[in-house]
Amino acid sequence: MSGVRVLIGTRKGAFILTADGKRERWDVSGPHFGGWEIYHMKGSPADPNRIYASQSSSWFGQVIQRSSDGGKSWETVGNKFAYEGAVGNHLWYDGTQRPFEFARVWHLEPALKDPDTVYAGIQDAAMFKTTDGGQSWRELTGLRNHPSAPAWQPGAGGMCLHTILLDPRNPGRIYIAISAAGVFRSDNDGETWRPINRGLVSEQIPNPTAEVGHCVHRIAMHPSRPNVLFMQKHWDVMRSDDAGESWKDVGGNLPTDFGFPIDVHAHEPKTVYVVPIKSDSEHYLPEGKLRVYRSRTGGHEWEALTKGLPQSHCYVNVLRDAMAVDALDPCGVYFGTTGGQVYASANAGDSWTPIVRDLPSVVSVEVQTLS
Amino acid sequence: MIRVVLPAHLRTLARVEGELKLDVEAPVTTRAILDALEARYPMLCGTIRDQVTHQRRAFVRFFACEEDLSQDSPDDPLPEAVAAGVEPFLIVGAMAGG
Repeated sequence: MSGVRVLIGTRKGAFILTADGKRERWDVSGPHFGGWEIYHMKGSPADPNRIYASQSSSWFGQVIQRSSDGGKSWETVGNKFAYEGAVGNHLWYDGTQRPFEFARVWHLEPALKDPDTVYAGIQDAAMFKTTDGGQSWRELTGLRNHPSAPAWQPGAGGMCLHTILLDPRNPGRIYIAISAAGVFRSDNDGETWRPINRGLVSEQIPNPTAEVGHCVHRIAMHPSRPNVLFMQKHWDVMRSDDAGESWKDVGGNLPTDFGFPIDVHAHEPKTVYVVPIKSDSEHYLPEGKLRVYRSRTGGHEWEALTKGLPQSHCYVNVLRDAMAVDALDPCGVYFGTTGGQVYASANAGDSWTPIVRDLPSVVSVEVQTLS
Repeated sequence: MIRVVLPAHLRTLARVEGELKLDVEAPVTTRAILDALEARYPMLCGTIRDQVTHQRRAFVRFFACEEDLSQDSPDDPLPEAVAAGVEPFLIVGAMAGG
């Protein structure tokens, strides 16, 4: 019997929803870690019972939680994220240089084949890795020591490493994204990195086509075509067909090409989802309508998906890590809002229903497909 | 025995209820208490003070005997009433919000 488990991180705790393969009736568990911010929670592809959660608060700092029974029970593991060697500086909002300083873990990416190996993206931007199930974390220093690092600057949410994509066909190839530096690629499991931002245009920086400095909000790939990447940037939806060597704008007919999440259909590598947001300062839905946009052509041509979603007086946001897909057929699509609703579609976006609502503001949504 | 009171979130994290009692060798200082606390409850490492610099986290305060000891050196001897276990050492999450 197949089923799904939805891992939801919010500003005030974690929630876990489960359903069978029909995805009609949902059991809600939580809040876990009530009162703490859960920036991200993700299960291991190698062992779905192994789940990691990033728990943090302004008062008490960073905690990493680990479950080995699918989220029924949790244990704290290592939470020491210490930069190695000379800390170095990055660009601050006022144009001065400021030392890198750990704030929180934004994203946890369990390795594809080993449940004890996890990559962590942190603020201020750096990459860490554990190979002992989270007990200890070691910085992959090649990223923060990249010569461009002094030119990295924080986005409004902080200088966060928020996206980690592991290439399933090219072992050792990793893509990461930093706001606001851009996308970087490693071909040797994180030892060395290079920026891959050619084609990005950001009018908000002095040199719109600079090698780094782009506010990339999220990138996504389909595992069957890991050389094809999709990007939601601070303005512009982009696609790369050559593993990030070059990017082109595929925003097409979107009502606004600003937004945060982007994800790919589990079985159709050219089918992509975004949630356009009004900006530059509003950061809520245009026209008060909650619309997911789907392209079946890898971008350029987009259709609004509205069935079951509020189409008036809706002014929520959907944050960068708050969209995910399951691997069932038809593909399920899920996203959470800053208003505390989590919507799901069991038919690839044709219609939607809230599977839980009135949670604290949703920060992240991940889905595990269980067999 | 030194009496220590944790804020609610850290009691949950450490899976304890009520006051803690810690064996701390003299001289009893804030650093000595935190060292003993983190040794017994390693999940609290980094939640009260930075793991590397040992700087107190900005929104954490230390109170005892109706005094705010947060700005004192962590190596200053604490009041005798704390060292004698008469008064608790309070670790407090600072009020912050609206």
